[in-house]
Amino acid sequence: MSDRYRDLTLSPVGRRVTKTLGLPRPAVLRRYTPGEPLLPGPALLASSGGALGEVLARTLDAAGVELHAADDGTREFAALVFDATGVESVADLAELHATLSPALRHLGPSGRLLVLSRPAGTATSAAVGAARQALDGLVRSLAKELRAGGTANLVTVEEGAEQALESTLRFFLSGRSAFVSGQVVAVTTADRDRAAAPEDWDRPLTGRVAVVTGAAQGIGAAIASCLSRDGAHVVCADLPAQGERLAGVANQVGGTALQVDITSDRAAQRISEHAVGRHGRLDIVVHNAGITRDRLFANMDDATWRSVLAVNLDAQLRINAGLLDEHILGADSRIIAASSTSGIAGNRGQANYAASKAGIIGMVRTSAPDLAGVGGTINAVAPGFIETEMTAAMPFAVREVARRINSLKQGGLPVDVAETICWLSQAASGGLNGQVVRVCGQNLVGA
Amino acid sequence: MASTVRRAAILGGNRIPFARTNGPYARASNQDMLTATLDGLVARFGLQGERVGEVAAGAVLKHSRDYNLTREAVLGSALSPWTPAYDVQQACGTGLETAILVANKIALRQLESGVAAGVDSASDAPIAVGEDLRQVLLELNRARSPKARLAALARLRPSALRPEIPRNGEPRTGLSMGEHAASTAVQWQISREAQDELTMASHRHLAAAYDSGFFDELVTPYLGLSRDQNLRPDSSMESLARLKPVFGTRLGDGTQATMTAGNSTPLSDGASAVLLASADWAAQHNLPVQAYLVDAETAAVDYVHGEEGLLMAPAYAVPRLLARNGLALQDFDFYEIHEAFASTVLATLAAWEDPEFCKQRLGLDGPLGAIDRDRLNVNGSSLAAGHPFAATGGRIVATLARLLKEKGSGRGLISICAAGGQGVVAILEAA
Repeated sequence: MSDRYRDLTLSPVGRRVTKTLGLPRPAVLRRYTPGEPLLPGPALLASSGGALGEVLARTLDAAGVELHAADDGTREFAALVFDATGVESVADLAELHATLSPALRHLGPSGRLLVLSRPAGTATSAAVGAARQALDGLVRSLAKELRAGGTANLVTVEEGAEQALESTLRFFLSGRSAFVSGQVVAVTTADRDRAAAPEDWDRPLTGRVAVVTGAAQGIGAAIASCLSRDGAHVVCADLPAQGERLAGVANQVGGTALQVDITSDRAAQRISEHAVGRHGRLDIVVHNAGITRDRLFANMDDATWRSVLAVNLDAQLRINAGLLDEHILGADSRIIAASSTSGIAGNRGQANYAASKAGIIGMVRTSAPDLAGVGGTINAVAPGFIETEMTAAMPFAVREVARRINSLKQGGLPVDVAETICWLSQAASGGLNGQVVRVCGQNLVGA
Repeated sequence: MASTVRRAAILGGNRIPFARTNGPYARASNQDMLTATLDGLVARFGLQGERVGEVAAGAVLKHSRDYNLTREAVLGSALSPWTPAYDVQQACGTGLETAILVANKIALRQLESGVAAGVDSASDAPIAVGEDLRQVLLELNRARSPKARLAALARLRPSALRPEIPRNGEPRTGLSMGEHAASTAVQWQISREAQDELTMASHRHLAAAYDSGFFDELVTPYLGLSRDQNLRPDSSMESLARLKPVFGTRLGDGTQATMTAGNSTPLSDGASAVLLASADWAAQHNLPVQAYLVDAETAAVDYVHGEEGLLMAPAYAVPRLLARNGLALQDFDFYEIHEAFASTVLATLAAWEDPEFCKQRLGLDGPLGAIDRDRLNVNGSSLAAGHPFAATGGRIVATLARLLKEKGSGRGLISICAAGGQGVVAILEAA
């Protein structure tokens, strides 16, 4: 649905009023369109003696980004990329501050601040660990300070995982990550062959076969559309009763419709038969289908509890197990499950939903080694407030508050969730496993 | 020209749930329903933008503006606009006849793929002006002078304004199909109880098939309906017995009237489509073959002079088909006999069991014999699903193909009676 408040702030009068009163002024976010340059302007590539300088320069240069090593104050940057892999002490942090603090003033609208570091967990001394962990707090704070649709994110790169970095670098700099901010993502050592770059970064999923559950509407339909745009063949799955809309989505994205109840015993078999039988393979499984049955826990009956857990969690567990047992998922396979910020922070009246979505996070973390065993990955996305039919039905005041309590002062769009899933779906994203990425504009709740 | 004939494969189907007349589809036109059904088929099989060899479809109740109904539906669908299409009409046999036409062209290598479909709306039915008014209007159109126009209009009488609504009746006898069937039921002494039993089985079988997910890959919901509206899963002998007879009430002393609204199909709205292809085309598209359409036969009977019952033509078509294929009536794993009326199915089965009928009417040495009733309409048929005339054939072909696919072997017989004393029958074999 349209964000009338934001539209108002863009008008001359609305602009003056909101500025005077200090009201939130949500920006129009830069979003991705195929074929456009990675960044709308130059990028500052700075470092404090980091190890990624060469990789970053080569990668960004190849992606057509105009790179500058220093900020002379004459130009506006579309992105600030800081290689902090050399940050090992409090003194190093001061050096970082000296570089980034003035540069932040020259970051343009929907600007990107991307800091890369080594994981704190692998530090060999307390000082190093402290310095690395300090970056976490720094980046999350800057995400809250940035204006005009800017985002800040931290990527930790394990030693030896440099080659698996490119898809993540591109994601965070591009408009694909419009609503992802204040996040920490870990790129770990992936088999190098498994993180091979696609021939065309605008069609990174060419030749891949994906299934999306709950594809008949809302976020699921956006995921199907995004996967298809990126080159995948999409099997659109939803309940038989959703068939009419499902057929519409399938025809729109040039995919196929699969009417299946994911809670049925035969769900995994139906999915694999359809995908493998028709398309010879199954590479990407997006568990998007989910339901809410809100009720205070004390008043919640057994059926209400069970139905949410059955659809949102148990079905995913069983389908994953079925697909792995039958060896349907192989090298470069990807499972992406929909969690929620409710699953991270909890939500009043949503004990069943939050339990199921927290369960997803547990599932993803625990299953990561199993997927790694076949050369695949499993990750989760946790959407915050997304503009859908479901949120449009919320009471006005509740919706307005929910919309504004994030660093970008607006709700995300279904496509923002879809873009994040598409990034995790890429073969080149093999360095990301067992992670939870929030698509919430750095929501105050659960961020 | 290629000389060898090959088998035409059935790859699957799609239909919208059938609705009772003036129900949820009351405002949907034949073109709307056919387009939605084609779109559901395209979505199921990933045929977006595909140039299918041809689409053959039809409707029994058809507006004059729908002279190119099927082609218009194709143009409105997700199929390639370069897909040719034509309309077919053979009353209730239309749906099966389109499948036979497409299959024959595939068999003769004139086509690699094709869609056979059918649609009917008893709600959005064409209403024609009366013959008197039509003549006046035509005369008015021909008139060149104001005087001539006045003269034409002067012939207009108030009675001419009464519209002509299509009716479910035979033009040559003036009798409704139900009245014809009622005569046949009396002739073959089909009991009320037997008819109600068949009806109950139809409802229970269809409900069980829905519950088992059988229709997940055959039906796409439409306008809020996800199952056939006429389906009553809790249908019982008691509830059926309470219904009053509606046909045959004027036959004899009236006590022989057995046909009710329960054991007769209701007027319905709906559409169905079947995807057929050569085995090569199926393989190229990674689409598993569900069954093959082996052979088909049509027959007609002289019901006008009272020689035979209106809906008895399949009784003649089947033995001809069996003889040509060297098969006995018992050589089938599934029998799909269209339930226009429960009595029609039972009269047909009775005729095949009757030595005299088989000898005198069919010219056989002995009776065709009884069938295993457990193999009859195992997932329900028209009494439960409803019967949008031209859509029934596609429903049955897709259902039987899937039954054969699930069984993995075997053979099925389709028998559909049609208005005008006609019958269309076919044999399907598992892939």
